[in-house]
Amino acid sequence: MLSIKNLSKTFSSAGEPVHVLRGVDLDLRAGERVALTGESGSGKSTLLHLIAGLDAADGGAIRLEDVEVTALSDAGRASLRRDRIGLVFQQFNLIPSLSVADNLVFQARIADRHDAAWTKELVERLGLGALLKRYPEQLSGGQQQRVAIGRALATKPSLLLADEPTGNLDETTAENVLALTRDLVARTGCGFLMVTHSLHLAGTLDRHLTLHAGRIA
Amino acid sequence: MRRALWVLAVLLSHWRRHKMQFATLLVGLIAATALWSGVQAINQQARNAYDRAAATFGGIRTAMLVAPAGATFPQELFIKLRRAGWPVSSALEGRVQVNGRSVRLLGIEPVTLPVEIGNAPRLGAADLGRFVAPPGQTLVARETLSELQEAEGATPPISNGAKLPPLRVLPQLAPGVLVVDIGVAQRLLNKPDQLSRLLIGKPKSKPAPLASVVGDQLQLVEPTAETELERLTDSFHLNLTAFGLLSFFVGLFIVNSAVGLAFEQRLPMLRTLRACGASARLVNSVLVVELVALALIAGLIGLVCGYFIAAVLLPDVAASLRGLYGAQIPGQLTLQPEWWLAGIGISIAGALVAAATSLIKAIRMPVLATAQPHAWQQRQRRWLILQSLAACAVFAVALLLLQYGQSLIAGFGVLAALMFGAALILPALLEIILLAGQRAARKPLALWFWADSRQQLSGLSLALMALLLALAVNVGVSTMVETFSRTFLGWLNGRLAADVYISASDNAQGVAIRNWLRERSDVQAILSGGRAEAQVQGQPVELLGLPDHALYRERWPLLEAAPRAWSRLMPGNAAFISEQFSRRLNVRIGDVVEVPAPGGTWELDIVGVYADYGNPKGQLTVNVAALIRQFPQTPQTRIGLIVAKENIPGLIAALQKQFALDDRSVADQATVKAESVRIFNRTFAVTSALNAFTLGVAGIALFTSLLTLANSRLPHLAPLWAIGITRPRLAAIELTKTLSVALFTALLAVPLGLLVAWCLIAIVNVKAFGWRLPFHVFPLQLVELVAVALLASLLAALLPVARLARMQPANLVKVFANER
Repeated sequence: MLSIKNLSKTFSSAGEPVHVLRGVDLDLRAGERVALTGESGSGKSTLLHLIAGLDAADGGAIRLEDVEVTALSDAGRASLRRDRIGLVFQQFNLIPSLSVADNLVFQARIADRHDAAWTKELVERLGLGALLKRYPEQLSGGQQQRVAIGRALATKPSLLLADEPTGNLDETTAENVLALTRDLVARTGCGFLMVTHSLHLAGTLDRHLTLHAGRIA
Repeated sequence: MRRALWVLAVLLSHWRRHKMQFATLLVGLIAATALWSGVQAINQQARNAYDRAAATFGGIRTAMLVAPAGATFPQELFIKLRRAGWPVSSALEGRVQVNGRSVRLLGIEPVTLPVEIGNAPRLGAADLGRFVAPPGQTLVARETLSELQEAEGATPPISNGAKLPPLRVLPQLAPGVLVVDIGVAQRLLNKPDQLSRLLIGKPKSKPAPLASVVGDQLQLVEPTAETELERLTDSFHLNLTAFGLLSFFVGLFIVNSAVGLAFEQRLPMLRTLRACGASARLVNSVLVVELVALALIAGLIGLVCGYFIAAVLLPDVAASLRGLYGAQIPGQLTLQPEWWLAGIGISIAGALVAAATSLIKAIRMPVLATAQPHAWQQRQRRWLILQSLAACAVFAVALLLLQYGQSLIAGFGVLAALMFGAALILPALLEIILLAGQRAARKPLALWFWADSRQQLSGLSLALMALLLALAVNVGVSTMVETFSRTFLGWLNGRLAADVYISASDNAQGVAIRNWLRERSDVQAILSGGRAEAQVQGQPVELLGLPDHALYRERWPLLEAAPRAWSRLMPGNAAFISEQFSRRLNVRIGDVVEVPAPGGTWELDIVGVYADYGNPKGQLTVNVAALIRQFPQTPQTRIGLIVAKENIPGLIAALQKQFALDDRSVADQATVKAESVRIFNRTFAVTSALNAFTLGVAGIALFTSLLTLANSRLPHLAPLWAIGITRPRLAAIELTKTLSVALFTALLAVPLGLLVAWCLIAIVNVKAFGWRLPFHVFPLQLVELVAVALLASLLAALLPVARLARMQPANLVKVFANER
């Protein structure tokens, strides 16, 4: 479902080129759950951003289902994210002016993929029933992350990308949130790629990859 | 000390990283200081000019003796008083025409002139001889000399044919006055042995009681702190001050938003400083020092800008004051050291006021960050409720002032309260509109559009308040000026009844012109008018003599009239009164006004009230023949003619050739009208300039608010981009949001502006000038202003929006980076 070939990305820092990714190859099947670990600065988040179309690669190819991501325009990448990808960030990145209920359905409605029954199921599974009228700043970190996961899965994406989704949570909450995510991913059948620093959490997924010096080790 | 410098260095490092924010802060302070100090410079210049006029050889700031019943009194009273030990000095005042211009002629007695007559310019001992000894001298201000188109040493003739002594420039002298020796003045004004007043110096010993020397022939007039000119022009300067204050506050809005944002961004830095051991007192003191230092720098730049603004506006202000009140203000700017000090002071005070909220927050700030106890909506609701309650209180004050206030200050108070209250209630009204939009929204982006606009309201509210105030003032002032303009033009069409106007240089020429005109077949009627001056109830009044002609009955506009008003004017015992003078004297149709005339009191029944826009003096219109009977010295130099349109150019050319008249001395109706309209437009030029300045500053306030908000909004917008909304689309939404709130604000500004116009027309104008205009609404003008507001908002929003549209994905991705 996701196929990455020889992906490279270079940044410029203080006038010096920094080669973050140096020919990454990666394949991910539908329904597969993969953890990606690595040292700080090894390029994990950059890889995730390139897959999501948040940034453009310098070389190589990314193919998601039938779409050549690296060949897409800015608008094409936007519609790809809207329709086929769910994104979860460490900082939650909810929309502060909208209530929990509105945040949950936001992406699905923009993508015109709103499914009321599925949303209801998400609310129940994520335990958000009592929080729907609240605003993000009134929620704890764990609650905010559950809303972010709900928002990402509400579109029934092909691929769920999570960048340190448990980085801001305590150990117990992190395990609970990840367990929920695993269940929901299994329920939707989408692929799941998670960047994490936790080897313990990485071990709970189907496959564990390590990024080192810009390559999959 | 070293510790404080370290803290200061840390605080200043914030500005290095946020250069635009730093520029915003300085722009706000500079704009506030420049506009305020510019207006103050103009006011100070005008007040200095009034002081000069008041102190011209004993003006209203000097105690004096005057005749209670007449304009003049016999000179023998002066001799009696000097013998009784009264330190008095004689003066005679009147008006003469020089080169077709009416100027004040003041005769003084320099030997007995008291030394304590304020800051009057003194004649040097060496010049005294030349001033007194024949042929004497005529002292004149430089600007008056150039207005009269004469050179120093010239001896121009006045209207009765007599010549003035050689002109000599005395730089300190007030403009518009000619000063001669008392004997010369008595000869020129044809008032032998007559005086207008006696100036009183400090007595060395207690003189005999006044009544025991002169009986009731003279009365004492105590010196007053405020001159007639100051009283008349109070409203104008108050108006300028109001504009200056408005611009000052709009500038402070900018400062407030910049300081507020900087504070929010520096919160972690402040906490770190505290955590590292810097005491709260040290951090807060350094914050204040930093602010004062910035205010000092911006204040100095603002003062320089203010000086240039004042220099640019001063000619228009001088024209306005001359047009509205006859006040003579020099067109060149001279400033006192106090102006510079006051400017720096106002900049620092303004900065401290604008930053007060942030400073208080800093003082109360705990070292550790705590979670917000309430959601943004609850906090916003509390803030809106409190602000709305404050607005209601301010509106109540406006109502009380409207009900019970009598003075001009109360009129301006109503205006100020109205605008302040409206600004306070604006966020609540916008919240209601946006909430309604949110509730009606069905699509997710529309829902976000309204919800996010609501959340942005607190950050944008000050800039929107500034926009509301600037627009309301624009609507109000433009409506007032347009109303005045149309009323004035209608009035002018009626008042300028004759087809050709002639101003003879003296009576002899006037007679010659009239005789010549009687021989011409192309002249249908000769309308000889006249003007004299007198005092009624202590107030100066101009007596306008009109001939009895059907043309006036048909075209001269009267606001109110008794039955057969024009017929009753003919015998000479009735008068029309100007609207402003009738208000000032509280005189209505049917009342009697007593005018002191050379032959005794002239009783006039008031049979009509007419508008007399732009005339600072009170005016009574009488039959011209009766005027000449009562005031035999009235110059008979003004002539109006009824001529067929096609004959006008030929007649004017013939008049100019026959009597060597220049364009100022003979003109057709169209030229006079065009000149009046030009003066009218110049009078309001300063208002238009200040209007534009205020709107400009409001535009800057909106621009800086949007720019500073744009930076803090990135984390709000990046998630939307991440879930599939393109940057151009996001930018378009942001632009639509800004334009929407600006449109709502502009639409709310329209009724507020019309209310402001009503206040100006029905309250302020009546109290300040004595005339009331009909209230008109000009829809096209309102549409134009709303369009200007939207254009200003578009320009203000364009840069932040363009930056967003072109923003590199890397910048947006940073929002999601864990290792930022």
